[in-house]
Amino acid sequence: MTSPLTTPAPTLQIDADVLVIGGGLAGTWAAVAAAREGARVVLTEKGFCGTSGVTATAGPGHWWVPPEQRQAAIDKRMASAAGLGDANWMARILETTWQTLPSLDRLYRFPTNSQGEKQYRALRGPEYMRAMRQLTLEHDVTLLDHSPALELLKNTHGELAGARGLQRQRQREWVVRAPAVVLSTGGCAFHSRLLGSQNNTGDGYLMGVEAGAELSGMEFSSYYCIAPAGSTMTRSMVYTFGRYFSASGRELPISQGPDFNESLARALLEGPVYCRLDRIPQDIRARLPSVQPNLMLPFDRLGIDPYRDMFAVTLHGEGTVRGVGGLRLVDEQCQTRLPGLFAAGDAASREQVTGALSGGGAVNSSWALSSGQWAGRGAALHARQHPLRTGPGYGTARVGLLPLGDDPQGSSDLVSTVQNEMHPYDKNLFRTGTQLQRSLAELDNGWDRLREQRGARDPAAQLRWRETAAMLASARWCYGAALERKESRGIHQRSDAPQQQARFDLHLRSGGLDAPWVRRDPLQTHAQAPA
Amino acid sequence: MIELILSDRCSGCNHCVAVCPTDVLAPGIDGLPTIVRQADCQTCFMCELYCTSDAIYVHPASEHAVTVDPAQIRASGLLGQYRRDSGWHEWADDPRYTNQHWRMEEIFVLARSLPKT
Repeated sequence: MTSPLTTPAPTLQIDADVLVIGGGLAGTWAAVAAAREGARVVLTEKGFCGTSGVTATAGPGHWWVPPEQRQAAIDKRMASAAGLGDANWMARILETTWQTLPSLDRLYRFPTNSQGEKQYRALRGPEYMRAMRQLTLEHDVTLLDHSPALELLKNTHGELAGARGLQRQRQREWVVRAPAVVLSTGGCAFHSRLLGSQNNTGDGYLMGVEAGAELSGMEFSSYYCIAPAGSTMTRSMVYTFGRYFSASGRELPISQGPDFNESLARALLEGPVYCRLDRIPQDIRARLPSVQPNLMLPFDRLGIDPYRDMFAVTLHGEGTVRGVGGLRLVDEQCQTRLPGLFAAGDAASREQVTGALSGGGAVNSSWALSSGQWAGRGAALHARQHPLRTGPGYGTARVGLLPLGDDPQGSSDLVSTVQNEMHPYDKNLFRTGTQLQRSLAELDNGWDRLREQRGARDPAAQLRWRETAAMLASARWCYGAALERKESRGIHQRSDAPQQQARFDLHLRSGGLDAPWVRRDPLQTHAQAPA
Repeated sequence: MIELILSDRCSGCNHCVAVCPTDVLAPGIDGLPTIVRQADCQTCFMCELYCTSDAIYVHPASEHAVTVDPAQIRASGLLGQYRRDSGWHEWADDPRYTNQHWRMEEIFVLARSLPKT
């Protein structure tokens, strides 16, 4: 095995049929679905399964549409998908969502409305993920919390053979040998302070690409979400009522609709922007803590009355979290190009169901819940057909997995490099070819600095360096694809090419580490068999 | 970021050490949880939600630590606010804290119906 971790305690070794990496919404559904197929399942989570990831801190709605209304919903979504959607995949996630949510009834207290009807569409994140943790445990999934994965493993035949990582609270390494792996590591928000996203550093993209998978749709990575300045509270609902002001108190023409983020970002580039929520009716104000209990925490603790006071707001980048891109899927089981490697949720590209536009919370939650179950089932079937071979696994990491050693600077400077290129609105939200090239040069320079790093001071630093490598790689894939798509489509907006163009009715695949590449693929290729 | 764990309220269950998604806490030599990697805190408030002793205070400033006065926080009524409003644990059957999250949809509809500013 390459670059052994040096941990004092003996390595935890487990053999399984299916290893799921990442215990958020997609990963827990994957683990449950694999276990329901009779697979022995291990679920590893960087943080704590139940609180980690962007679902746990949010309130996911779902794409919850009764059968008789589905065709209209699909038609509407196909129209906004800018040519990159797939009606069959949309129908699949609508049906899976419709079947799945009521099955949580025993573990999640679905409220009823005033007519006594159970409300399945939207769940509170903490309760949802608490229920999902319980469901995985009831299915005898071996759950490893605080166990970030560091790299995928292959056997001597070059086949996928599991993964290894760190049990950071026990100071030991883990190795899970398994013939099928689901990457449900979330998207990459580049440490933007988007609520709940600190662990979402693109680890799955890096691990997948190193092992032989490829990415798709990484140019659709420019979504942002409003929050009170300085806070993480990216709960956007109440801001649909907001009025917005400049520092001088002049009201700004920022109103709800598809251009909200862009108009707010333009104003923020000019100077601070203040918001007041005085248009929220009294009865709703009284109810808000029972609707979104975390929404008011920053206001109450800073002594702000948001209905009366003006407070500064900002936009936090979501990268691929509520963007679109991720690991490219090649079949309906959510398998990647590498046999046995599956991807789900934000870790997978969801161009099929969102097209070039963000899926927002609803389509994305339905995608996580659905792709998770399909990937879990697919992984269990793969494991049945390809039982685990004997023999050791070999690490596939090629960058950022450093031996213990000298680490004078730490990785924070490189994280800043990534943030400086990925967060500014005039670099990521309003894109131009010139600026993308400039940013890519900075990121390439950062990559070279990463390549020169020779050691990490302790196991915690090893994880940080690996996360930094994943963020740097993800940033380069995002901007590499954005540079290649010389047009504007969906959330990818280039002011030097403001029109959508038929010659870009195609998918952009990407990959590569030291030499990132982008490939143009014609539409309707995602159903082809694995290479 | 997480700023306070009030030791007189803390039961020492160390559940916060387990549930913190970014591994900010560790049991101290006295067995009580301590803040050991504050800079890693992602200001998600999950530790507060899971703390049945209401011993934890997270300040909403996410980019830097803030000095807070424990006496003032105790008197503020903010300890346990998130857990109570979420209707967790002993609040589960209190009708004042019933989960009304499903109303998001009608709130959005209402917001969109207002005249544009």
